[in-house]
Amino acid sequence: MRVTLITGRTLGQGQGKEIGKTSERYRDSVAVCEIDPEDLEKLQIEPGTSVKITTDSGSVVVKGVKSTQPPHPGLIFIPYGPWASTIMEPKTDGTGMPSMKGLKANIEPASDQPVLGIRQLLKEQYGV
Amino acid sequence: MECEKGLKVSEDVVCPFCGCLCDDIKVTFQDDEITRLANSCAISIAKFQHYKEDRIPSPLIRENGQSSSVSLEEAVKETSKILVNARYPLLYGWSSTSCEALKVGIELAEELGGVIDNTTTTCHGPTILGVQDVGESTCTLGEVKHRADLVVYWGSNPVHAHPRHLTRYTLTPKGKFRAARKDRVLVVIDVRKTSTARQADCFIQVEPNKDYELLSALRMAIKFEEIEQVIVAGIPKEQIEELADLLISCQFGVIFFGLGLTMSSGKERNIEAALSLVRDLNRKTKFNIMPMRGHFNVTGANKVTTWQTGFPYAVDLTKGYPSYNPGATTALDILNRGECDAVLIVASDPLAHAPKTAVQNLLKIPVITIDPRISLTSLIAKVAIPTALVGIEAEGVAYRMDGIPKILKKITNPPAGFVSDVEVLKMILKEVRKQKGAS
Amino acid sequence: MELLIKNGILYDPANSVNGEEVEICIKDGKVVEKINQRKAEIIDASDMLVMPGGVDIHSHIAGPKVNAGRLLCPEDHRTRVRCAECFRNCEIKSPITRSGTGCAVPSVFTTGHIYSGMGYTTVIEPASPPLKTLHTHEELNDIPLIDKACFLLFGNNWLVMDYIKEGRIEECAAYVGWVLRSVKGYAIKIVCPGGVESWGWGGNVHSMDDHVPYFDVTPRDIVRGLCKVNQLLNLPHTIHVHTINLGTPGNYRYLIETMDCVRDLQVEDEPVIHMTHCQFNSYGGVDWRSLSSKADEVAKYVNAHNHVTIDMGQIIFTQTVTMTGDGPFEYLLHQISGNKWMNTDLEVESGGGLVPIRYNRKNYVHAVMWTIGLELALLVKDPWRVFFSTDHPNGGPFINYPKVFAWLMSKKARDKVTKRLPRLARVRSNITSIDREYDFYELAIITRSATAKALKLQNKGHLGLGADADVSIYDLNPKEVDPSVDYKQVGKALFKTAYTIKGGEIVAKKGVIKKCKSGITFWVNPQVTEELNSSIMPELTEKFRDYYTINLQNYGVPENMLIDQQAIEVKSKV
Repeated sequence: MRVTLITGRTLGQGQGKEIGKTSERYRDSVAVCEIDPEDLEKLQIEPGTSVKITTDSGSVVVKGVKSTQPPHPGLIFIPYGPWASTIMEPKTDGTGMPSMKGLKANIEPASDQPVLGIRQLLKEQYGV
Repeated sequence: MECEKGLKVSEDVVCPFCGCLCDDIKVTFQDDEITRLANSCAISIAKFQHYKEDRIPSPLIRENGQSSSVSLEEAVKETSKILVNARYPLLYGWSSTSCEALKVGIELAEELGGVIDNTTTTCHGPTILGVQDVGESTCTLGEVKHRADLVVYWGSNPVHAHPRHLTRYTLTPKGKFRAARKDRVLVVIDVRKTSTARQADCFIQVEPNKDYELLSALRMAIKFEEIEQVIVAGIPKEQIEELADLLISCQFGVIFFGLGLTMSSGKERNIEAALSLVRDLNRKTKFNIMPMRGHFNVTGANKVTTWQTGFPYAVDLTKGYPSYNPGATTALDILNRGECDAVLIVASDPLAHAPKTAVQNLLKIPVITIDPRISLTSLIAKVAIPTALVGIEAEGVAYRMDGIPKILKKITNPPAGFVSDVEVLKMILKEVRKQKGAS
Repeated sequence: MELLIKNGILYDPANSVNGEEVEICIKDGKVVEKINQRKAEIIDASDMLVMPGGVDIHSHIAGPKVNAGRLLCPEDHRTRVRCAECFRNCEIKSPITRSGTGCAVPSVFTTGHIYSGMGYTTVIEPASPPLKTLHTHEELNDIPLIDKACFLLFGNNWLVMDYIKEGRIEECAAYVGWVLRSVKGYAIKIVCPGGVESWGWGGNVHSMDDHVPYFDVTPRDIVRGLCKVNQLLNLPHTIHVHTINLGTPGNYRYLIETMDCVRDLQVEDEPVIHMTHCQFNSYGGVDWRSLSSKADEVAKYVNAHNHVTIDMGQIIFTQTVTMTGDGPFEYLLHQISGNKWMNTDLEVESGGGLVPIRYNRKNYVHAVMWTIGLELALLVKDPWRVFFSTDHPNGGPFINYPKVFAWLMSKKARDKVTKRLPRLARVRSNITSIDREYDFYELAIITRSATAKALKLQNKGHLGLGADADVSIYDLNPKEVDPSVDYKQVGKALFKTAYTIKGGEIVAKKGVIKKCKSGITFWVNPQVTEELNSSIMPELTEKFRDYYTINLQNYGVPENMLIDQQAIEVKSKV
């Protein structure tokens, strides 16, 4: 389904960052995608299962969860972090700022694909 | 260094997390462990409770995928060698360390002939671009606490990102002229009904990437010009006019805006429109605007860079004097184009937050990190130097989002052998000069 | 380290030296009676003009407002790389000096380099909000080669207004003393008293007897109250006042009224008030069309009343940035000019604004403004009471000072400009009828001797025994050059010294920095009785908690935050 992707801060992401970038808590706080309840319904996604998000810059698998701040049909939210970074738009339009909100994206269920750990993600996306 | 025994209470501690820079934190130590915190928000609690975790135990040099422990001197030497040999080094980060550290960083960038940029570049860089064109009418947070009867958050969700902002400064504190919540009206404009929006008296759900249109319509409406479209940015014209009436009929209004405006389509144009709206509102009433700065010293990074070079970020020193050209001298553009051949990252984590193209190029060049804790970037760095945490293990100056400077305290000792960012950078500068002198 | 300056032609008005050939002996940073000439470094200053190092009493060089100007105006910092002949826009790094940019709002290193190259050795930042004075000191720390101090803003301070309203002047003095001591300030600065607090609501004051909303004090109350406080604290400098209605036609009345409102407080023939950048407050007329110069009226008052000192606020026809603590004025200027506008309101204490401006010779208003600054200096008879300033950068960048020196010293130089002004400006001002020309002695007074005296910096502004060895040597023979005729040569020579000596060391030669070092930051420590100090603390603690959004313990600037500092201890009268 075509959607608009925004990224941003959350309390959980802030706490996770302070607990530690290699912690499970951090991974769990940023490898998620908040989806509007109506869209969950439309896409037949079971909250808590994996979803695949694709933009012009690439794709990543995160855990799909029910939005904590609805309603926003047609809009999905991923907290700042390495998962979001792999699919944001690098071009800055000459401003220095890449496009991290309001991106065109596609979301699809991916319940058979696991959400990777941080080191596995880096390996998959960057080969490190 | 020995840990301190017994009970110790540190008061008026400045929290080193976000741009709120709350300075009323009370930290109780028992035998060098924090047992109690007062006045901390959820993220601040996480910071103080977990600061000892995820520390790199010693300086590391990475060779063929393997990291080895080295002395600080060896790490400094290797760092200096990399930077001296680079033709176009980039020095990036700076927003989560002290002003003192950045001053050494600027001197280092000048000595090397490199580019120095801070995380403003992916945060409120567009705000600065907007201000440089339009100007800005702003105030300190205390002015809001005392005078504001109308508070607007646009593209900002402080409940999640600046948790004490509303209670300490804008919505519920007891001000001289506004005693309580009922004396203030809260408006939230966002693409989702955020946690902050749930506290609002008025919530406007703007369509993604349409903030510019809404701002332009508001600029018209406050002057009683006729909006021709029935719906603008997903908002019916009547609602826009009502909002405009709210803006012009307050006694003292303020717009706080966040990355919802700087990162969406339009970027600095959105900010220009917001700054222009507030400027125009001053013909009708008293109105101010303030960007919600994220990292605890990103404001300080701008201040120091500006007074030392003339420019607030993205400063190119390759020609021996400062020059500034966002889009050309900004860190992510340089990384996107793969132009730099070495990067020094201080208290920042581009591997976690930079877009893929930039990270791919980052991985091709030698990277040095100076960071108190493990960052994703430090995992791939050629040299990773751990340091003391500013605001807990090392003191330093930082600037709040409204430009008020504070001295962050050292309330406990860092791990044995760890020194501050300032000291490490001074060592690097000295070694760079020595290596340059020898060659 | 010993230094001998031989054969120089010295102008040291504080010691009544008027163009005499003298030897100056310097040892360990001080002027001394004699030294070991065989061991000393010798400067042969034959046929050269020698003065004590310049003391600039009012120049916006550091702090939140100045830095806002740097950020607002990147266009000020761009283009031409520094050439040997002028310090324009960019400075390349050298083995001795850091790089920098800027002309109207130079970056910190460049500020120190340019001032030093021009022969200035002490500069005062005249407007720092106490809440952000740590910022001011951070910048002052970074400015090399000059000694410095900062004045603190008090004229719209909530606690001050509370004290004044309640008639509690002694406690007010204790509070002001506490602030000066805490954040390391030098003097009391008043900007648009009551007006900036009114601007917190979008308003302003328009007369000395308007009531400030919610505080119910008047500008007159504030000025008088702080003048008394100043006297009780026994501070070295008088209150330093930027009065109400700056920049509006007809405002000269308010300038005179402000000066007059403290006349009765004068004691022992000493000044009790300093009115700053008076050019901006010496306008006649009722609107812009009828704008005229009332410098003659202002000068008449100053000549007749020795409780006042003033400084010029001269403008220069160039691109610059206006920046003041006068928030409402800057908004007005933005509305008139349409230029970008920056405004900052600071809780409890003050405010400020910035607007870039280009002063244009063909603009009749600017032309009248240009005449007024010079008229003030030329019509006030006593050069010890009219100080040189452009209110940098408000009137123009300090890099242009030598131009103004030339205008003061040469009617011919003035006529050259006046001829090209709009005729209406010539008619509305007195400049063409003034023949007076400053000589080198008087120039030394208004740029060094008088300013140091007004600041009571005992070892500055003169080269008597025990003075700090801050010396400017210019490649200009005052015995042969007639500044009235050869003003171009004078202007050029005064732009860069042959030698600048700071603290007994040669730091600049021919405008090029030879040695970079830090200067000293001066601040005052008023000694108020322990009893009075303790008595104000409970109320201060409570008000701090209610008013500010930072904790009392985090407000002050510890001494160790200043790189090199010197406290001036003063015994207060309370």
